[in-house]
Amino acid sequence: MDDLYRELIIDRYKNPLYRGVLEPNDISFEDDNTLCGDHIRIDILVNSDDRVKEAVFNGHGCAISQASADLLVESIQGMTLDEVKQLTKDDVLDLLGIELGPVRLKCALLSLKVLKAGVYGLGEASDDLVE
Amino acid sequence: MGTPYTTDSKLDVARIRKDFPILEREVRPGFPLIYLDSTATSQKPLVVIQAMNEFYLRSNANIHRGIHTLAEEATASYEATRQKVAELINSPTARQIIFTRNTTEAINLVAYTWGRVNLDAGDVVILTEMEHHSNLVPWQILAAEGGIRLEFIPVTETGLLDLDIYRQLLSLEPKLVAFTQMSNVLGAINPAQEIIHLAHQAGARTLVDAAQSVPHLPVDVQALDVDFLAFSAHKMCGPSGIGVLYGKEALLDEMPPFLGGGDMIKRVHLRSFETDEIPHKFEAGTPAIAEAVGFGAAIDYLSVIGMDAIESHEHDIIDYAQERLVEIPGVRTFGPDAAYKGGVASFTLDGIHPHDVSQILDTDGIAVRAGHHCAMPLHEKFNLPATTRASFYLYNLKDEVDRLVEGIYKVKTIFG
Repeated sequence: MDDLYRELIIDRYKNPLYRGVLEPNDISFEDDNTLCGDHIRIDILVNSDDRVKEAVFNGHGCAISQASADLLVESIQGMTLDEVKQLTKDDVLDLLGIELGPVRLKCALLSLKVLKAGVYGLGEASDDLVE
Repeated sequence: MGTPYTTDSKLDVARIRKDFPILEREVRPGFPLIYLDSTATSQKPLVVIQAMNEFYLRSNANIHRGIHTLAEEATASYEATRQKVAELINSPTARQIIFTRNTTEAINLVAYTWGRVNLDAGDVVILTEMEHHSNLVPWQILAAEGGIRLEFIPVTETGLLDLDIYRQLLSLEPKLVAFTQMSNVLGAINPAQEIIHLAHQAGARTLVDAAQSVPHLPVDVQALDVDFLAFSAHKMCGPSGIGVLYGKEALLDEMPPFLGGGDMIKRVHLRSFETDEIPHKFEAGTPAIAEAVGFGAAIDYLSVIGMDAIESHEHDIIDYAQERLVEIPGVRTFGPDAAYKGGVASFTLDGIHPHDVSQILDTDGIAVRAGHHCAMPLHEKFNLPATTRASFYLYNLKDEVDRLVEGIYKVKTIFG
């Protein structure tokens, strides 16, 4: 369990590379994990060919939730929106490089939930998006 | 005067710990369990586990109406626990002790029976800002359905109830004042007797959420003069699945039943029924029988040790824990001074989320809780998404506080 806090996660938590806000934006979505009080907002600018031109996240919460958001947002730069829609739980866990129990999984997957709800243009984020 | 568990009225914690097999467990090789989460649920002594085993091995039967030996034994054990509960909290009679699933169900019982009959649109119910969700949501449901008006006694910066505002709120002529005797987050022990006395002067009924008080300090329902009081077995060395509602006899007699079914009736016809007398009127269906037996063993166990000695031990521990925690740079503690609180220490660590704190402490075998502890409005008030909570019981040692403090320094090191 010690490697849950491996250097990459602590580093991205303390010094995120993609923290910020885009105003105006093409896509913006935010949601909470009420259980822990994690909050994530993701803003995206989209190119004319439906590729992510720029994406950033903002929010607060535990190291897992914030580091996963930073890594996820990094990974989608230049991706097509269709590719973003195909992202799964395993992609996020690969980025983090750790195994997580059911409680912390919610922390790790909040950013993916927010991202997919935003890209699909949904009114509400649902857990089904990250199953 | 002492018990086998006390010397000069100090708890013999080493001896007590031997009664709890789970405390011998290692969470990971080399890391024995340090259990600092008794506010969520307490651990169980061997006598409680054995009492439940023994019941299933020898006496298992459904209670009431059985004429065979096992049914009589089961009924006698179940009803014996009711008597023990009555003695523990000094209830005038055992028939005023109603078994529920837990504190939450006991409060819901009052809301759905007494509340529905006695509270009309516009009637005021006073709660406090430090309530557990179990003493908020049932009243919010009544507010949404029946238009009752909720008012709240504020929590001061120091984590105590603002009794001046309370006195002002009483001019609204509330029908009910419902409050926790001890906060599960702040640890604050509220002046229940004074709050109840003032409520009665204003013509209100009172309900005390005693989920955190009955396990940790002597509680006397007659001295409090409280109308309703609720608590759970699992926080006081007993099993989960059984709790208690105490009520004044005249109130319970007048209240309509809660759940309908077997055991709560005197007579049933195809289109009507007559309710049984209290406490059975409120105990529909087969109850948690083995759990009642375990609960009885838990009360016996706590009674031998003595609630005064337990309270005093926890006071020593929380005093020490507060002192050690505030020494750590970046730690902020919540709740009143140790003098006004029970064994609960909620804190935050600058820049580090409580879930991360809790997860890293777990790697050293230290079990604490992280989150809003079912008190979201209280956390909103202090503008916190969550806190980390260490809580103590009769089996905790000061040495475990030291391990907690070392663990927090380790968290700080990992987060650099």
